[in-house]
Amino acid sequence: MTEDGIIQITVIDRSGVEHVLDAPTDMNMNLMELCKSYELDVLGTCGGMAMCASCQVYVENDKVTLERNDDEQAMLDEAWYVEDNSRLGCQIHLAPEHDGLVVRLAPSDDF
Amino acid sequence: MITTDILIIGAGPVGLFTVFEAGLLKLRCHLIDALPQAGGQCSEIYPKKPIYDIPGFPSVLAGDLIDNLMEQIAPFKPGFTLGESAVTIDETEDNQFIVTTDRGTKHKAPVVAIAGGLGVFTPRKPPIANINDFEDKGIKYIVKDPEEFRNQKVVISGGGDTALDWTIYFVEELNCDVTMVHRSQSFRGHLDSVQKVMNMAEAGKLKLMMDSEVVGLNGSQQLDEVVIKTKSGEMIHQKLDTWLPLFGLTPKLGPIADWGLEIEKGAIVVDNSTDYRTNRDGIYAIGDVNHYEGKLKLILCGFHEATIMCQSAFKRIHPDKNNVLKYTTVNGVNGFE
Repeated sequence: MTEDGIIQITVIDRSGVEHVLDAPTDMNMNLMELCKSYELDVLGTCGGMAMCASCQVYVENDKVTLERNDDEQAMLDEAWYVEDNSRLGCQIHLAPEHDGLVVRLAPSDDF
Repeated sequence: MITTDILIIGAGPVGLFTVFEAGLLKLRCHLIDALPQAGGQCSEIYPKKPIYDIPGFPSVLAGDLIDNLMEQIAPFKPGFTLGESAVTIDETEDNQFIVTTDRGTKHKAPVVAIAGGLGVFTPRKPPIANINDFEDKGIKYIVKDPEEFRNQKVVISGGGDTALDWTIYFVEELNCDVTMVHRSQSFRGHLDSVQKVMNMAEAGKLKLMMDSEVVGLNGSQQLDEVVIKTKSGEMIHQKLDTWLPLFGLTPKLGPIADWGLEIEKGAIVVDNSTDYRTNRDGIYAIGDVNHYEGKLKLILCGFHEATIMCQSAFKRIHPDKNNVLKYTTVNGVNGFE
């Protein structure tokens, strides 16, 4: 992490390309919003309410917990392509401890 | 043929507020929406969620905002074509547009305002390879006329309120042989619906399969059986009349993408410096469906766009009339007879 609170997050897109993103931790930003700000193919249809699963990611290392909150679990119960390491990007609120996080975008019917 | 002054595609908050601003200019409106109720995302996705950035409302539930808008526009007697999606648009010789829905309803107006939000709400389809082969041949994503399922052998998938409510209704009212399949161990619906389904399953009135998922479809012309994978990995082949995968709706831009409008980032490009006109004269796009530099997808921005657009629509409809902005505080709201 840099002095001004910027961390690095690696997002692997659906073509397998790795994007190393600089993410601010002082802007109350979540992972879905970070992906959108870099114009990656993430819809975030519901705006971040854990109600659409369009920001589903697979967590590829231990930089974020796999524990899901209740809304997130309920949504993932009805989503497709869900794996044990699935999380909703909108429910991961970027903080210093996420520095070095690696995630992969789950398949989407929209892209 | 339904005729009006401004034909609004999309009955979300921005489409609804357009009726008010148009009404102040004595322009009549008609709205088309694919959903069976007005309100768009506010009603369909998050009716019970609070919104904090509607000016003058420190907090308002999305559903209440829609109720308020419906009350606000009532004096202007808008028309509604609900449960139908706008599919084609044709231009007539007298500079009007004819918009036809998927059910063939035709609407004619000199101005079209697309307030389509993120698009047409369409069912979320399970990713099963041959699912398209059986649509309307044993698979239904939406229950429109429950009677068609009377006495049938039905499998319902999903764990939300829609799945729970129809399961109860199909058993109690339609004498159906229902199997409910849900992928998890818990439901996300209302507690009383969940309890009711549990009780019915215990009483043997329906078959409940938790931790299970429909993974395969078999049949020749018509869907004959679904393959259900249980938690232990067992594959159960179940004969049925209808499978109802009820996993909610998701918006897609849909047929509007083929209307000859300039599209960027899945949204319709408009001129923000004038009146939110598209590249087709007489067609405007307002709210979340449009795109311009600096665009913010906020309800309050959509309200502004609707207001500006209506002034421009007035000039198009009445080129010979000069219009002066009138304040509601001075003139009140004079609805239509």
